[in-house]
Amino acid sequence: MNKLTSRIDKERLFLGLAAPVLAVVAALVVTALVILATGKNPGPAFNDMLTYGFASDSQVYILNKATTYYLAGVSVAIGFRMNLFNIGVDGQYRLAAFFAAVLGGALTVPGWLAIPLILICAMATGAVWAAIAGILKVTRGVSEVISTIMLNSIATAVIAYLLQPGKLAQLQQGGTVVATKPLPSGSHFFSINTGPAGDLWGFIFIAVAVGIAYWFVLGRTRFGYDLRTVGQSESAAAASGVSVKKMIATSMIISGAVAGLIGMPTLLNDSYQFSSDFPTGIGFTGIAIALLGRNNPIGIALGALLWGFLERTTNHLEFQGYDKEILGVIQGVIVLCVVIAYEVVRRYGLKRQQQKVGAELAAQAAAQSKKQEVA
Amino acid sequence: MTATMTDTPPPAAPKAAGAPQRTGRSLVQILMLVAGALLLLAAVRVITGSQDLDSAGQVSAALGLAVPIGLAGLAGLWSERAGVVNIGLEGMMILGTFGAGWIGWQTSPWLGLLMGIGFGVIGGLVHAVATVTFGVDHIVSGVAINLLALGATQYLAKLFFAGGAAANAGGNPKQSPPVASLPDVTVPGLSDGLHSIESHHWFLISDLAGILGGLVTHLSVVTVLAALLFAGSWWLLWRTPFGLRLRSCGENPTAAESLGVNVYSYKYAAVAVSGGLAGLGGAFLALVTSHTYLEGQTGGRGYIGLAAMIFGNWRPGGLAMGAGLFGYSDALQLRNGGTTVHALLLLLVVLLVALAGWKLYRKAMLQGVISLVMAAVILVWYLLTDTVPSDFVGATPYVVTLLVLSLSAQRLRMPKADGMRYRKGQGK
Repeated sequence: MNKLTSRIDKERLFLGLAAPVLAVVAALVVTALVILATGKNPGPAFNDMLTYGFASDSQVYILNKATTYYLAGVSVAIGFRMNLFNIGVDGQYRLAAFFAAVLGGALTVPGWLAIPLILICAMATGAVWAAIAGILKVTRGVSEVISTIMLNSIATAVIAYLLQPGKLAQLQQGGTVVATKPLPSGSHFFSINTGPAGDLWGFIFIAVAVGIAYWFVLGRTRFGYDLRTVGQSESAAAASGVSVKKMIATSMIISGAVAGLIGMPTLLNDSYQFSSDFPTGIGFTGIAIALLGRNNPIGIALGALLWGFLERTTNHLEFQGYDKEILGVIQGVIVLCVVIAYEVVRRYGLKRQQQKVGAELAAQAAAQSKKQEVA
Repeated sequence: MTATMTDTPPPAAPKAAGAPQRTGRSLVQILMLVAGALLLLAAVRVITGSQDLDSAGQVSAALGLAVPIGLAGLAGLWSERAGVVNIGLEGMMILGTFGAGWIGWQTSPWLGLLMGIGFGVIGGLVHAVATVTFGVDHIVSGVAINLLALGATQYLAKLFFAGGAAANAGGNPKQSPPVASLPDVTVPGLSDGLHSIESHHWFLISDLAGILGGLVTHLSVVTVLAALLFAGSWWLLWRTPFGLRLRSCGENPTAAESLGVNVYSYKYAAVAVSGGLAGLGGAFLALVTSHTYLEGQTGGRGYIGLAAMIFGNWRPGGLAMGAGLFGYSDALQLRNGGTTVHALLLLLVVLLVALAGWKLYRKAMLQGVISLVMAAVILVWYLLTDTVPSDFVGATPYVVTLLVLSLSAQRLRMPKADGMRYRKGQGK
């Protein structure tokens, strides 16, 4: 037991926690100033956010939202670990959700077979779409930032073309919404009834499993080690025999496969079909959450929960006479504060380390000169 | 650090032996290229009968759509030449649209234009503080600015446009009240003459008249300003000591510092100018394209501008071409260009065949064969259909950019220290 606690470096732990806390405090201060500037009192607003956010129905809502955001965060984080900037998560998950919905609507097999098929279809679609950017990067040196931006727009066009009555979609009964054929009820993912608080989506277990797999593969396997090495220094990785190009393409594909899962909680637990109002822009949310969580599986979970919390509670602010549009300001400020706080804390840590090492060296030198005097 | 461990990656393709160093083309070469392109375009128009390929209306619409993209790209150019990647362009454009709409409807569109630039500069300064002073990763800071700009403008728009005098004048949380028009310029006489020549549909002459006519009819003053800014940026960055110092910050800041350049202030200046240009691009959208601030008005043009800049190899001329390409295909989409894009397929076939011939001549067998196969596939597509579905017309610029980038990527070279963190005194 003693051994376990002694392994935790208190200073490192403190520094690790300092950055997010600093960022959230800074974000709170900026938000309070913004609310004050509009002539309102920020106190009741924060108070309302807290009480409303911890109501049980809000908690279920937040967990459901966080399931989606967590998958987005992990997908982006996989790229980040390799210094790959996968902006294309957005297009990847939308295209994946669309094709998965089409497949799910067409399948007539029992659910235990249909659900895995839908998931595989989604992951494969995401992987293929990401692979285009990955392959262009390794073979032609095209920046993944640009190619994924282009691919996002192309995905939008592909979906717009196929999501039409007579192609892969149909007009719903109401006659106003165009959507894919709904999934048969057998293919719905299970959810947990929490009574009046609503249904907790069962997909949260898949998200947790993805998080564990992410932690295990990156932290505990040879592949993960190679991947992190390439992310840290391509030349060092190449020198130790890792094929950098292969790693870049592979991690892009894995990132895309995870991106394929992002739309699945919504599809399998909520909407059961893909229509033109399927949520968009979650890929960009994933970037913010991966940054917030520092690419750490638990950090990303906290980031996803924070995002869900903010979304739930700011929507409620309207009833208290505040503007719910403050959400975007809070989110933007948090991300900016987080990145600056991490940088400041990192520099502070480096300085401390230098001082410590310097002090130890000085002490050593002093001890040595003493010894010589004795001798 | 041993001599074998270098940070520069090997070139993606070995330079062909005996190939002349590419230091830009001479004027004659450029003119010949332009003439060739015109001939090709005229031939395709006559063969396919698709008159809208280069009509004055099409060209004029393309120009109007190209300006905001071009300004965003120019903004990216300034920043990246000084070594700061600016993916926050989209956010700075959003700030520009808001600033222009907010002041524009209350006073005059001219003040709105200034306010749009000013709001963009604020966005640029935030980016500079994060990246230059705090050394935050450039892309991360850019993403944060995009989020922040969107959030802040949504919040402020509700405060400023949803109540009181603004609401009476037609504002709502997502839209500002209408702004008066900025003047536009039509070259008298010339425009009509060109129009009559164009309507004869003569080979080459009408094409020229159409393109020129589009360029001189109902030209917004902001478009003229943008053209001047392009020329001015080129002159300032490539022909003055200031530009040389600024670009040296993007190539090798340590060396620049050792020569007495204050790298931080150059980077700050460049990123602030970058924000101002992006803001101007946003203001163009709010004041010229639609006469009002609208939420979501930029529609990703900041990203497209970035793509146009990379497309143009971090040079003003190439960037203008890239922006023109995007503007042109955007205009096709707006003008119901299914048949026109269909005609363009034939142009693509010709270009691909020419490329294949060139590659085969240079003994690049694989690339040559791939180009030929693609040409054949597109030719079949052209022959079997009459039009391109309108949803795909919108995707044309993105597909074209991807194609061009994947065919030309190894020729592109970004500033060497672009996107890298730089700390003062690093070289000591």
